[in-house]
Amino acid sequence: MIELRNVSKRFLDNVVLDGVNFVVHRGETVALLGPSGVGKSVLLKHVIGLIKPDSGEVFVDGLSVPTLGRRELSELRSRIGYVFQNGALFDSMDVFENIRLGITNEEQYGDEQYCEERVRECLRLVNLQPDVGHKLPAELSGGMRKRVGIARAIAGKPTYLLYDEPTSGLDPVNADVIDALIERLQQEIGVTSVVVTHDVRGSFRVADRIALLWQAKIRAVGTGEEILASKDPAVQQFLERDFEMAVIQADGGGSGGGERGGGAS
Amino acid sequence: MTAITPTLDLRRYVGRWTLRTAGHAGRFSFLILDLIRGILEWRIWLPRTIEQTLAVGYGSLFIVLLVAGFAGAVTSLQTGYQFTGQLPLYVAGGVIVESMILELGPVLTGLILAGRIGARYAAELGSMRVTEQIDALESLGRSPITHLLLPRILAGVLAIPALVMLANVMGIVVGYVTATSSLGLTYADFEYGARYFFKPLDLWYSLIKSYAFALSVTVIPCYIGYNTQQGAEGVGRATTQAVVAASVTILLLDTILTKLILGAQ
Repeated sequence: MIELRNVSKRFLDNVVLDGVNFVVHRGETVALLGPSGVGKSVLLKHVIGLIKPDSGEVFVDGLSVPTLGRRELSELRSRIGYVFQNGALFDSMDVFENIRLGITNEEQYGDEQYCEERVRECLRLVNLQPDVGHKLPAELSGGMRKRVGIARAIAGKPTYLLYDEPTSGLDPVNADVIDALIERLQQEIGVTSVVVTHDVRGSFRVADRIALLWQAKIRAVGTGEEILASKDPAVQQFLERDFEMAVIQADGGGSGGGERGGGAS
Repeated sequence: MTAITPTLDLRRYVGRWTLRTAGHAGRFSFLILDLIRGILEWRIWLPRTIEQTLAVGYGSLFIVLLVAGFAGAVTSLQTGYQFTGQLPLYVAGGVIVESMILELGPVLTGLILAGRIGARYAAELGSMRVTEQIDALESLGRSPITHLLLPRILAGVLAIPALVMLANVMGIVVGYVTATSSLGLTYADFEYGARYFFKPLDLWYSLIKSYAFALSVTVIPCYIGYNTQQGAEGVGRATTQAVVAASVTILLLDTILTKLILGAQ
């Protein structure tokens, strides 16, 4: 279980998180919605210990993440797969080596045959051909890079998967492919997932519960139906804005746009 | 009112400068501690160190030898210009050998490598930081210290003293060739002068300086690159800062080591 209790974080004068409480139960997928720049990625980085809170507590499997020592943190991180917004692939290594680095068990990492098979399996899970393994990240499209990022995150067989804007910057077709992939991974490997996104339609598709981060606080949490039924003006404003984007795209005005909007219903 | 504002500005400036300096001192100290701790994890850094050493050593060999060759030729010509007719010709042998070993070989090589290796390390690590590759490595439970910094620093510590020794030899050989052709110096005179002024301590001094410069050229740029912020502009700034800081440190260490080692004689 992931639990953030009363977490606050500020960068200079900018308050990013202000007393945030957020819980993800084992086996569920929670989408964290919110406008760009609201602090969703910052929240996610607290879970894996890349950022420490100014105040409040962060627990994963009952372990207090900010207070863990180097070794314990490293051990915890080996159970968490993190999919970065822009892939964050190591550009000096080919795809095979990138995914191989995701194998966090040192014995398995040193076993060439296991690595070969595991990388092939991860590429299959993200719908990529085995020959992609020989390519460098610079030779891949944006969508392929995201999928390689996901393959690297699942290579170590994590119990948690954290997705940071997995569909941002993708066209609607590729964004749907990634959403379908998240759904399929959830079913095939049964991980607990947090999907940070500002894509309403995608979050309704992949998540069991949805949380809205708004003005440094969690404004609403609930199932898709509960969020849709919410009378909170902030929730309605966010959903309506996304709905308007969907209408613009349906009219052809946004068909060439990079980021996807989608109807909430 | 007008009298108060500059005072407040000055206080604020001094306060910020003090905080920034203390922050750097703290982060740098922790980095050194992490580097020392990371030495135990030799299975991780050893293969990468060999790769880096070959890249740094072979990659810098041509420019180092070129600069050392020119330094030897110029030293030879200037010795001829200043001493001809006033001192015995064999003195030129001593001046060329001593100048190369004591000063020109280590310092010129250090400054060239501050530009070549220092800039490369800062830019590589800075780019990795701003594209979240370092975060990605940490998220996989792997230490950037042992995977990225330690191999680079150890590669420099292995390759740079060897490059300095080769630069010394190159400078002396070219200096001798120049002296024979322009000053009419014979090999016997050159050897006599070189042996007359040479002390074994000179070679140790050259070697000690080369190790000190190797640490400046690697540790400082790695620290600056590792802590890069703010995108492409930040990478550019980090690269410039790394070269300037490493170069100034080399000149400072040159003075201190000269006083400590040769000043005590």
